[in-house]
Parts: sequence; structure tokens; C-alpha cells
Amino acid sequence: MIKDLKNPLSYIYLGIIVIFLYAPIFTLVVLSFNRSRSMAVWMGFSVDWYRRMIADPMILEAIWNTFSIALVSAVIATIIGTLGAIGVTAMRKSRQTVILAFNNIPLLNADIVIGISLMLTYLIFGISLSWGTVLLSHITFSLPYVVLSVMPKLKQTARMNYEAALDLGATPINAFIKVVLPDVLPGIVSGFLLAFTMSVDDFVVTHFTRGAGINTISTLIYSQAKVGIKPTLFALSTIIFAVVLVVLTVSNIISNRKSVA
Amino acid sequence: MKKIPKFISVVVVMAICVAGGLAIGGCGNKTDEKVSIYCFGDYIDPILIRDFEKETGIKVVYSTFDTNEELYPVIKNNGADYDVICASDYMIEKLREEGHLDKLDKSEIPNLKNVLPEFMKKVEVFDPEQEYAVPHTWGTMGIMYNKKTLGKDVKIDSWSDLWQKKYKGRIVMPDSMRDTIGIGLKKNGYSLNTVDVHQLLAAQYDLIQQKPLVYKYVNDSARDLIIGGSADLAVVWNGEFLYSKAENKNVDFVVPKEGSEEFIDAWAVTAKGKNKKNANAWINFMLSKKAAIANFNYLTYTIPNKYVYDNMDQLVAELDEQAYNGKGVIKNNDVVFPSDEVLERCEILRNLGSDGDDLYTDIWKKFKAD
Amino acid sequence: MTLKKQSLWSAPFIIWILIGTIVPLLAICYYGFTTRDGNWTFNNIIAIGKAEHARALWLAIALAISSTFLCFVLAYPIALILKASKLGEKGFIVFLFILPMWMNFLLRTMAWQVILEKGGLINSMIAGAGLPDLEIINTPWAVILGMVYDFLPFMILPIYNTLIKIDNQIIEAAYDLGASWFTVNLKVILPLCIPGIASGVTMVFVPSLTTFVISNMLGGGKINLIGNIIEQEFTTSANWNLGSGLSLVMMVFIVVSMMFLSKLDKNKEGNFI
Repeated sequence: MIKDLKNPLSYIYLGIIVIFLYAPIFTLVVLSFNRSRSMAVWMGFSVDWYRRMIADPMILEAIWNTFSIALVSAVIATIIGTLGAIGVTAMRKSRQTVILAFNNIPLLNADIVIGISLMLTYLIFGISLSWGTVLLSHITFSLPYVVLSVMPKLKQTARMNYEAALDLGATPINAFIKVVLPDVLPGIVSGFLLAFTMSVDDFVVTHFTRGAGINTISTLIYSQAKVGIKPTLFALSTIIFAVVLVVLTVSNIISNRKSVA
Repeated sequence: MKKIPKFISVVVVMAICVAGGLAIGGCGNKTDEKVSIYCFGDYIDPILIRDFEKETGIKVVYSTFDTNEELYPVIKNNGADYDVICASDYMIEKLREEGHLDKLDKSEIPNLKNVLPEFMKKVEVFDPEQEYAVPHTWGTMGIMYNKKTLGKDVKIDSWSDLWQKKYKGRIVMPDSMRDTIGIGLKKNGYSLNTVDVHQLLAAQYDLIQQKPLVYKYVNDSARDLIIGGSADLAVVWNGEFLYSKAENKNVDFVVPKEGSEEFIDAWAVTAKGKNKKNANAWINFMLSKKAAIANFNYLTYTIPNKYVYDNMDQLVAELDEQAYNGKGVIKNNDVVFPSDEVLERCEILRNLGSDGDDLYTDIWKKFKAD
Repeated sequence: MTLKKQSLWSAPFIIWILIGTIVPLLAICYYGFTTRDGNWTFNNIIAIGKAEHARALWLAIALAISSTFLCFVLAYPIALILKASKLGEKGFIVFLFILPMWMNFLLRTMAWQVILEKGGLINSMIAGAGLPDLEIINTPWAVILGMVYDFLPFMILPIYNTLIKIDNQIIEAAYDLGASWFTVNLKVILPLCIPGIASGVTMVFVPSLTTFVISNMLGGGKINLIGNIIEQEFTTSANWNLGSGLSLVMMVFIVVSMMFLSKLDKNKEGNFI
């Protein structure tokens, strides 16, 4: 059909785009091994910046904050969101629409408005900004993603299955765990992963809602970019890229195998 | 498929444990001694935080900001989260006048005697009774330039050099309201603390004219642009000079003849902070011989401490030894501790009150938007 | 368990939505419609008409439209090629195009700052080849480049997802009826892709319109977008009321563009998730 697109030109185009996407990241990787601070001249191989990165308490704390907030917020959002999706599907259609409309607000809104509005809310209620306010904010913006990932799977699970299980004498909880949960699980998993990555990647909301001494990887990069970028950040980028690459490749291989099997 | 639930439940259980651990850990920390510090980014030697924690057992919560204007709303609205701040003269004055600062407990700060008296005297400009602030660094604004790329016979000594068309795309200006407008004012020979609309508009007009010539508006990373050769003239604080000289031997620094801004960045204790005693202990630690010398070596800013002043020759020689194997490229000159002649040309920024702030904000925003 | 009981499960979720979404929006409205002393006013909204604000909004819109358009121009052929060459079916290639999305967004933007700097990598390479300097850092072009780079995967994925759902028989039928390659693309494939394009456009346009990070890191303090103005009102100028008022105006722009785009994507086919 679209035979014309199979010519070499189209592969060259793909190649150019791949280079465009990866060249900047590759540059950071190379510079992280540069002996000097220079960002243009290669002065010899060194792992010095990695050593300094590991010794920098601010970077380590930022890494810890980023992942602790991401994990806890994703778990809480997944639990509340899954329960929410189950509850909402049992409602009347009109009510569902209203609730889902509200659910979509953070999804469509700009990050900066979410961040500012949450900060104002904390201030009005006298909650001082801290690790906890960042956590609450991250749960808030990732909840809608969980709900939207779980809802479609619930619609597929015929309610009848669940009722049939009850008729056959299962307790409600048993019926839920044994009958409903397995069907919804893929939705919950993708909701969890989405919430987790949204949290790790967030900068703007964290920027406005973090308190004294709280830095995530993103906010640390932002403030360091202001006082002058150091190659320790390139080392950090390289490690992050390597982790992302490994995790995604492995999960890709696993999911491919599954779809084959 | 059956394997997924197990995997997920393991993850969930782990996460709940982490969450629980954090909650408990978070509560546990509250009983410990701590001090929350709010300071300009990259403005103390980070090693000192660990040293202070080891010496005193007080845990440090360290946060940073970029400009004084950023600090202000934070202290105003969340002042209770910070015990001790480092801010500039006019901001200390503003915070003090609005009641956001607390008096120092000088009995807790015996190292106060290490501060050079002439700098303690300067504090009186914004803290008349010397009750609230202790200087951390002193500095003056000037132009740092690359002798090699500009040419040997080029003489840079005036703010108007930053308006020369031949330097288009090679000039770096600060991105901080009072400092940037201040350059426009000084170029025209006005005071940095003017609230005269006409003088401010003249400064704004000049700054807008200059905009096409400017490579970048940036604060602390200006030195990196000069060192890396991305720009040839940058407005920086004198404290950036030795650091830059160690990285690039072609740089030079001048305080323009029209006069310039001088600043004192000082430590102060917040009014709402919960750990007053620890805040004073931190200030005392910063004034110690060890901290003053470490900060000088890290920042190369003027640390108005007698141990730094008395050892300048040796400290600079060490710097030269590290950077150029003692070839004498870096010499102890009057950039770090300038001569009286230079000091007489400099002016300290003052708090202008809320009307003055609104006026400057308006001038600044229109300049930025143009 | 009755339906009513089951719907109770959503109680924590609904409470969270109320507190986490509705209350903050009310808070921002309250700040937006009051002065610093707490009196009611419309001045914070009208302030968008001031030259410095209006200019920032128009610049943001112009840059957002340019970067969205560029993203589409780059992404659409990629999606077509991936479908046609069946490379996409291996998963790996599609993965290659969206992988950068998982890398921290600030790091990716910072990378361009390092590369484009006048004394940076590209210019030292160009200088080595004896060519004149590439002077795009700290100009609107650098900001557009940053936006395209950061958001391109958000355009590729939804378009590709709608494209692979198109029944090949429809396309073959069009060819059988004598349509040229060009006609098939313009009259058959493109219209069927519209839901994906619409959601791609949303996901590029909104963050581009509201960003302050990219303009800060690549604009050298010379590019002031509406996002920068709002951020500065909150962090440096300390006029939160004005900042809230301007955010409300910005939200109106988002909502209007959303309504327009959601009409194109009625069945939510182009959903990212």
C-alpha cells in the first residue's frame, strides 16, 4: 500500500530523527567522563565526576526524595484510584460523567496552575510546605491517571461474573479478589507505573510545593543550572539514562514474550 | 499471568513498609536538634555542613535560593520553616523593618570578634545597632573580561563599555532586579537607591537599548560563560575573579569609574524560626577560623574575617599552586580586599519601602518584556 | 454487595478530588479576584491587557503554535513510516522513539543549553570546520527547539496509535478505486488520524504554552513567556494576586483550545493511555 515510504529516504529520515533525539543525551554521557569541566573540549577519560556525585549529599538526598515520593505517592494513588474507579462504575451514568469531568481537570490543566493552586491552598490552611506537601500534591496529579487506566478494564469485567461468584457462595471480598481483581490488574499496574513516572519526572508542581531543604532531582538540576552546571550533573544524567534504558528494555522484552506466549 | 499478582503484592507491601518507615522516621527526627538554613545557592563550602553536624550534633536542613527577591515571599509566608538566613543588605533591612528577624544572641557568638571591624561598621547602614546581622561575605560589582579575546590594548573601565556595539553578543548582564537596574543608573551617574521616576526611566531606556547586544542575562553562572569563552565581558561580583583566574588565566576584573554597587551578604536569625539557639550556633561556626578559610577557598569571595585577611598572601599562593603550579599567574591584588579609593566609589543598596519596590518592579517588568 | 455499597468505595477518591482539585481552584480564584489587602477587584484579570503581559502571552502562543506545528510535521511522517515499514510491529522501534520521554525533562533541556552555548560543542565543531557561529541560544529559536525536542514523543505516540488501528483494507480499496498515493494520504489516512493528531496537539500545545522552564534555561533571560511572568509573580515579585489573576486568564486559553480539540477527538480514540 504505502509502498513509496519503503524507500531508503524514509529510513534516512528515521535515522535523522533518532540522532536528533539521542545526540543531546549522548553528549551528556560523553561529557560525564571528561577529565575537565569544559563542555566543549575533550581532555581525557575520568570517572572523577561520578566519584564526586556519589560524595555529594545534596544529590543523594535528591535521589532519595525523588524515589521515595514517587513510590509512596504512586502506591497511595493506585489504591485510592482503584477503589474510586470501582465505586464510580457502580454509579448512575449521569453522576459518572460529572465525577469524571472533575477527574479530568488536573489531567488537562497546566502544571504551573496545579502547582500554584496547591501552594495557595496549603498556605490558606496553614500547612507548612515540606516533604509531605510534595507527596500530597503528587498524589493529587497522578490520581486521575490511575482512575483512567483502571476504568476501562472494569467495564470489560462483566459485573455478572462477580454476581455469579456471589451466587455460587463466595464472600464479597473473596469474589472481589478471585474474580474481579485478576481482570483489572493490568489496568492497575499501568496506572501505578504511570503515576510513578509522572511523579519522578515532575518539576513544576514540586517547585511550588516543596518546603525547606526538600529537593528532588528535577529541582536540584534547576537550581544548579542557575549557579552553573557542573559535570556531576552529567554523571547523574548518565546513571538515570542507564537505569531507564535497562528497566524499559527488560520490561519491553518481558511484555513482548508474554504477547508471543 | 498468574505471576503478576505476586509481583504486585510484593511491590505494594514494600512500598507500604517504606511509607511507614518514612512516617516513623520523620516523626523521630522532630525530637532531634536541628537548624534550617536558607542561603544563596553555592554560597558556602558544602563540607562545612557535615563538619558542623559532626561537631555539634545538630542536623542541618539546607535550602538555597537564587535572588533576594525569591527569599522574601518565602520568609514572609513560611518563615517558621527557616531558622537562619543569608541575605543581602537591603533585604535584611526590609525583613528587619517588617519584623521578620530576631536579634542575635551575641553571648552564643563568641567568634564575632573575628569579623573585621570596618566591615562590622558597614553593617550599620542597614542594621544601625549591629543587632541583627553578621557579615558572611562582602563584595562589589564590576566587569570581568577576557584580555586575550578583546585585544591587549583594549581598556575596559566604564559601564558604557557594555553598550559598545562592537561587543554585540559577547556581553553578559545580571538577571536580578536591583543589580541590573543599578547598572543602568550608575551608567548615568545616578544613585542606586533613587526613587526618582525620571532617573529610573533613563536607566530602563538604556537597558532596553542594550538588550540586542547582550548574550545572556544570568546571575551566578556568568563566570562560567567567561571561563568557557562563550562571552567576553560579564558583570560579576569581585569574588568570582580569583576563581575564574584559576580556570582561565586571561581574565581580568575592573570596578568601573562611574562607581558601583557594594554588598554585604549577612547571616540573620528569623523571628518565627523554632531553633534560635542552633541558629546562633551556626552563625558562630561560620565565623570560625576553619569555616572562614574553607569558605574563602571554595568561593574566593571576600570573607571579612581576620583569619582570611591576615593569611591572604598564603591563601592566594595556594590557589596559584593548585591551578598553575605556583607560576605566579594569580597574585594577591586588590580585587578581594579593594583599596579605599575603590570603596569610596561604591554604594550599598537600601530598602526602598513598598512604594519603591513597586516602582522598581514595574520598571523591571517592562524592561524584561520589551 | 449492592451497587450503592460498591459506589461507596469511591468515597476517598471523591473526597480527594474535592480537596485536591476544587479547593485549590477556588483558592486561585479567590487570590485572582482580590487585592493584596483582600478587597474584591478585577484588576488582576484586566492586567493581561498591559503591554508587558499581553506581549508575553502572544509570544507564548506564537512559540507554542510553532513548536506544535513543527512537532506534527516531524512526527506524522515518522508514524507513517513506522506503520508502512512494519518496523513498529517489533515494538522496539516505537520504543526507540519514546524512550527519551522517560529521561528527566530538565536534564534533556539542560543538554541543549550545554550543546548550543557559544563556547559549546556545536560551535566548536562548526568553528573547526571553518564555518560561522550558530547563534541560536538565548533566542526564541532555541526555545522552540527545546519545546520540539522535549515534546516530540508526545506527538509521535498518539498519531502512531491511531494509525495502526486503521484497517488496511480501507486504504487498499482507495488504491483499487484509482486514487493516487497523494490522494490516499490526504483524503483517507489523514482524516482517520485526526483523533490522534488532536490528542498529540493537546499534549504538545498546552505544556509549550505554559512552560517557564524551557524559556528560562534556553532563553537566557531574554525570552519572557506568560509562564515566566506568572512564575516570577509568585517567586520574585511576590504579587500572588496578580499571578493568580494571570493564571486564570491562561486557563481560559487552555480550556478554549481543549474544547476546540476535543471536538476533533470525539471518541477518545487518540487517548494516550
